[in-house]
Amino acid sequence: MTNELDIFVGNTTLIDEDVYRLWLDGYSVSDAVARRVRSGILEQTGATAAVLQSDTMDHYRTFHMLERLLHAPPKLLHQLIFQIPPSRQALLIERYYAFDEAFVREVLGKKLSKGTKKDLDDISTKTGITLKSCRRQFDNFKRVFKVVEEMRGSLVDNIQQHFLLSDRLSRDYAAIVFFANNRFETGKKKLQYLSFGDFAFCAELMIQNWTLGAVDSQVDDMDVDLDKEFLQDLKELKVLVADKDLLDLHKSLVCTALRGKLSVFSEMEANFKNLSRGLVNVAAKLIHNKDVRDLFVDLIEKFVEPCRSDHWPLNDVRLFLNQYSASVHSLDGFRHQTLWDRYMGTLRGCLLRLYHD
Amino acid sequence: MPGKLKVKIVAGRHLPVMDRASDLTDAFVEVKFGNTTFKTDVYLKSLNPQWNSEWFKFEVDDEDLQDEPLQITVLDHDTYSANDAIGKVYIDIDPLLYSEAATVISGWFPIYDTIHGIRGEINVIVKVDLFNDLNRFRQSSCGVKFFCTTSIPKCYRAVIIHGFVEELVVNEDPEYQWIDRIRTPRASNEARQRLISLMSGELQRKIGLKVLEMRGNAVVGYLQCFDLEGESGLVVRAIGTACTLDKLSSPAAFLPACNSPSKEMKEIPFNEDPNPNTHSSGPSTPLKNQTYSFSPSKSYSRQSSSSDTDLSLTPKTGMGSGSAGKEGGPFKALLRQQTQSALEQREFPFFTLTAFPPGFLVHVGGVVSARSVKLLDRIHNPDEPETRDAWWAEIRQEIKSHAKALGCHAVVGYSESTSICEEVCILSASGTAAVLNPRFLQDGTVEGCLEQRLEENLPVGCGFCHIPYDELNMPFPAHLTYCYNCRKQKVPDVLFTTIDLPTDAAVVGKGCLIQARLCRLKKKAQAEANATAISNLLPFMEYEVHTQLMNKLKLKGMNALFGLRIQITVGENMLMGLASATGVYLAALPTPGGIQIAGKTPNDGSYEQHISHMQKKINDTIAKNKELYEINPPEISEEVIGSPIPEPRQRSRLLRSQSESSDEVIELDLSHGKKDAFVLEIDDTDAMEDVHSLLTDVPPPSGFYSCNTEIMPGINNWTSEIQMFTSVRVIRLSSLNLTNQALNKNFNDLCENLLKSLYFKLRSMIPCCLCHVNFTVSLPEDELIQVTVTAVAITFDKNQALQTIKTHVEKSLQRASTDNEELLQFPLELCSDSLPPHPFPPAKEHLESASSNSGIPAAQRATSVDYSSFADRCSSWIELIKLKAQTIRRGSIKTTVTVEKASPVAEGNFRNRSAPPCANSTVGVVKMTPLSFIPGAKITKYLGIINMFFIRETTSLREEGGVSGFLHAFIAEVFAMVRAHVAALGGNAVVSYIMKQCVFMENPNKNQAQCLINVSGDAVVFVRESDLEVISTQQPTANCQPLCTGGEVTT
Repeated sequence: MTNELDIFVGNTTLIDEDVYRLWLDGYSVSDAVARRVRSGILEQTGATAAVLQSDTMDHYRTFHMLERLLHAPPKLLHQLIFQIPPSRQALLIERYYAFDEAFVREVLGKKLSKGTKKDLDDISTKTGITLKSCRRQFDNFKRVFKVVEEMRGSLVDNIQQHFLLSDRLSRDYAAIVFFANNRFETGKKKLQYLSFGDFAFCAELMIQNWTLGAVDSQVDDMDVDLDKEFLQDLKELKVLVADKDLLDLHKSLVCTALRGKLSVFSEMEANFKNLSRGLVNVAAKLIHNKDVRDLFVDLIEKFVEPCRSDHWPLNDVRLFLNQYSASVHSLDGFRHQTLWDRYMGTLRGCLLRLYHD
Repeated sequence: MPGKLKVKIVAGRHLPVMDRASDLTDAFVEVKFGNTTFKTDVYLKSLNPQWNSEWFKFEVDDEDLQDEPLQITVLDHDTYSANDAIGKVYIDIDPLLYSEAATVISGWFPIYDTIHGIRGEINVIVKVDLFNDLNRFRQSSCGVKFFCTTSIPKCYRAVIIHGFVEELVVNEDPEYQWIDRIRTPRASNEARQRLISLMSGELQRKIGLKVLEMRGNAVVGYLQCFDLEGESGLVVRAIGTACTLDKLSSPAAFLPACNSPSKEMKEIPFNEDPNPNTHSSGPSTPLKNQTYSFSPSKSYSRQSSSSDTDLSLTPKTGMGSGSAGKEGGPFKALLRQQTQSALEQREFPFFTLTAFPPGFLVHVGGVVSARSVKLLDRIHNPDEPETRDAWWAEIRQEIKSHAKALGCHAVVGYSESTSICEEVCILSASGTAAVLNPRFLQDGTVEGCLEQRLEENLPVGCGFCHIPYDELNMPFPAHLTYCYNCRKQKVPDVLFTTIDLPTDAAVVGKGCLIQARLCRLKKKAQAEANATAISNLLPFMEYEVHTQLMNKLKLKGMNALFGLRIQITVGENMLMGLASATGVYLAALPTPGGIQIAGKTPNDGSYEQHISHMQKKINDTIAKNKELYEINPPEISEEVIGSPIPEPRQRSRLLRSQSESSDEVIELDLSHGKKDAFVLEIDDTDAMEDVHSLLTDVPPPSGFYSCNTEIMPGINNWTSEIQMFTSVRVIRLSSLNLTNQALNKNFNDLCENLLKSLYFKLRSMIPCCLCHVNFTVSLPEDELIQVTVTAVAITFDKNQALQTIKTHVEKSLQRASTDNEELLQFPLELCSDSLPPHPFPPAKEHLESASSNSGIPAAQRATSVDYSSFADRCSSWIELIKLKAQTIRRGSIKTTVTVEKASPVAEGNFRNRSAPPCANSTVGVVKMTPLSFIPGAKITKYLGIINMFFIRETTSLREEGGVSGFLHAFIAEVFAMVRAHVAALGGNAVVSYIMKQCVFMENPNKNQAQCLINVSGDAVVFVRESDLEVISTQQPTANCQPLCTGGEVTT
């Protein structure tokens, strides 16, 4: 006796959160059943393995049918085939678009192309996330990217509107889209200690201050592309390190202000010129696409690592960066105050976030 | 020109991509009704076209309005080749034809294609203007209301229950026409869908005509079925109960102030009688029943009934075939005449209802059933479906005579079904023999005195159990005792019925689903030989099914079955029997004895031991079940009863018979002769198996209850959380060692596993009850068994009972106080110390009004509510009927909204509709339930019946996820289409939903599958009781005197 056909259809679509998770995690039906058995559900409910098998199959089939709709969440709200309470709809969408930290770190900043998709096997092996789940997450990134890439208006709002995600998740997706578009390098060994949250934080600051949208809210791709004019202008900052007088003046201003306040004052004093050169040179180079991609590598190499090797406490870094940015306003010969603030304001935030072990 | 149909195509959305190059679609719409077609403009390059068309107007006969569906086809325009069809929407416009139902159909409909399923949605608005029609010989029956619900619909009152209406129409099945060889599967499916839609419309219209002739205005318990007879054709048949219903539009309707006849005028359908008032004027009406005496005296004997049987085999004289034809005015008149004369004899005193107004059901005799095996032949002349008519007439006649044998003049809870395999067809009919109170069968003038007698003669809660037949001349050996409730009348020891538990029945503990399952192998044979083989098997199947039911009932410690439905399914090489019923312990009936096992070789020691072991297990199970279902009836000593405690003895209430085409009737005594039937004799391995199978039925996990009736005795605090579902399983039997035993085990496991799966899936709803569990078995192929289950799971609250609407109690008390003390006596008697807190079933009124138990026993309130409110209503109702009868409904162009003006409830309902229950969602929630009510809510309006037929076919079965994926998607789509239609009518629920057919065929080798589904139900508008409270507080003036709306709360 074998079950040829075995289905259950409710007027209100039954969603089992646990099974949904297993499905999202890419487990096959038999793996999912095995995991459910291990969770002790049989003992709790007095059900048999056959019942569990049938139940799991049913849910998987439902999810499979829902998947097409989840690709365009507004469709899930308007469709008539599955009657699902709104709270459940939100849960389905949110969970479907949720991603694994380990996975996102692997693809963050990579081009969301077929090439990357081919590497998913490796990522799967490396992270222990099933290939199926990797594919779903990758496809989600790509789908969101395609939809909002050339859209007018705020990136986060667009994502929220077209995918009905929570605010938190929309912001994460904005970061992923932003990174993918600008192809920031995040995979280098030096950057391994950084979490997705670190990058997402930086992305948000950069979107707010460095993109076209930061100055004009009516252009296409406003939040996705960096403001080319701004990057062009950043060359002007070079004077801060190229002009020796200016550099010395800047240093003395910072040192005067921070004397006695830093535990690493002498190290700071000794390293000031190197650090300043590093930060300004990063700015000056951003006009080249390749250097944009290496932004985070450069920041780590030029600032984070030197400070860390001298064991700067985070608070000292904060004091230094605040003073370093502010003192420029007292440099009479320097004319690009606004430009400096737009650059340094964001960079300071990023650096503080990136500065940890 | 009796009517104008107006259609507007607004927009489409989520259309499929039809042009691969652009990934877009150039869609346009064809709107077809009858032979007229309109087209919209082509909306270029969009998946969300906005046609916003003009109003397409069709000027049509109302006959066509009833028969034809509106057909909307969405196509993709193609400049160079033929336009591609995207899909279709069929809209049944019938609900627009009676005034108090929907006024407009407007909403998003799924666009359906029989090959691809749902492909996007289309927004359509449909309206109908009906004009005055002076033609006296109309063929249409616009205005007759149809209800699938098998009780008097919630917001109506039955003035008269006229009786049985039936009709069938036949046609060739397009699937089997020669043209099918050359047309596409899609064209063939669509032809079939359209034909069935047309046939249903025609059938409904013809039934409506019969109702009008009986001077009714509604059909309740309307059940329409398809017989796919293959080569020999397609039969669409329907049965129902004709009634004259009266709308209880609002509580205000009972106030003297509310007497404006114009408000009610729309509700009575056009009546051809120049003076409609006459029908409520006395004994000269054709409805008067002269054939039978209605007094509860038990004057029928078996002898007389059997002679009656012979006499009553009168020809049907043309009635029922509906063969008058569309053209014949004179024929029409003749037909009417015939029908009237037929009614006078009341040819079939059958009622498809399963629940009745209080006082309607006087006595219940027991289940009557009849089966007949027929060989199908091609229907040569579809206009004269005489053979099919004759077959059914024969069976009904048999049922009627069985009822007579039980001393009953009527059959309630009546239903008919077929099972077809190749050219063999089993026709089955069953019902419950009963004695009815004639008050509802004729006009209301005699109500007063009957009411009186009713209260004298019928002790509340047990009257229906009293035997209607002659004690000294019983139709079968039975053991009678004095009623344990009133001690005055005799009752049988067990009672089987096909009806729902009467609301006022006194029940101990909770009920449970009881199933008997059985398979019998049969040799493959052809034609006559096959039919004979089946006929020979049938009696044995019935016998065994009955024995199983009886044993299982005993094992549960219960003494009555309600909602009994025995389904016999025929396949190529086997017969399957599945009986489902809800077991209960009726307080009026004696306590069932246990089950004794006796071995055949009493001297064998180990064998003896084994037997005693089994005996112990059985005894344990009975004890456990009694505890589980809270069956602890009050102990009554012998002296009190004045008659001996009944001897344990089994007796059959099931009168069955079967006949082959040759008309021979075999009577079978199901009563096990004189043998003491509580004793199960284990004389061979088969019997051993039987005992084992008795014990293998696992009770539902704790927190779960199940029943196949509308309500579960002992549970009355339902929450509003309901989940309707359909589950389908198909198993393949290994063909190697097919024995009856293995087959039985497989079938038993299939059903048990299915139930287990349901319990597991719905575990989040605990504490919960599966209500109206409806199993259907089919044998699609040699080694395949298909079981389809539809049911609703309802969560109940164990703790809430105390708080639920305190005011209701006050109200009922207030009403009860006007009543006499007699009513109070009985519950006091029963409520001796051993009683559980809920010894009585929740009355249906109970559920509707979410009644509670706050100190006073439930039954007291239930009964007092029923009776007092009933008495209250009587006088004013008669007034109303008279008022209404004077106005003719179809006097002018139909305008409908006015009907509701004065009703605060209705206004509230509009308010509710404008703010759908789920404000966040763009799609309003539509509830579906096989029950006739929605817990925690009040149905304020019936919008018409939903009767839909779909075919889905695929040639890419694997790609769609195999058979399971295919059927899962299809059923989900069917639900979606039902919901969309209900929403478009302005409703928010379907009640009395039923999946009547789910025919699934597969051919995995060809990667193909096909499925036909037929569903029906009543579209309604409901208002949550919590919302009602808000409304009533908002409009306190309108509700100052709430008399009978249970949901209302005024404090």
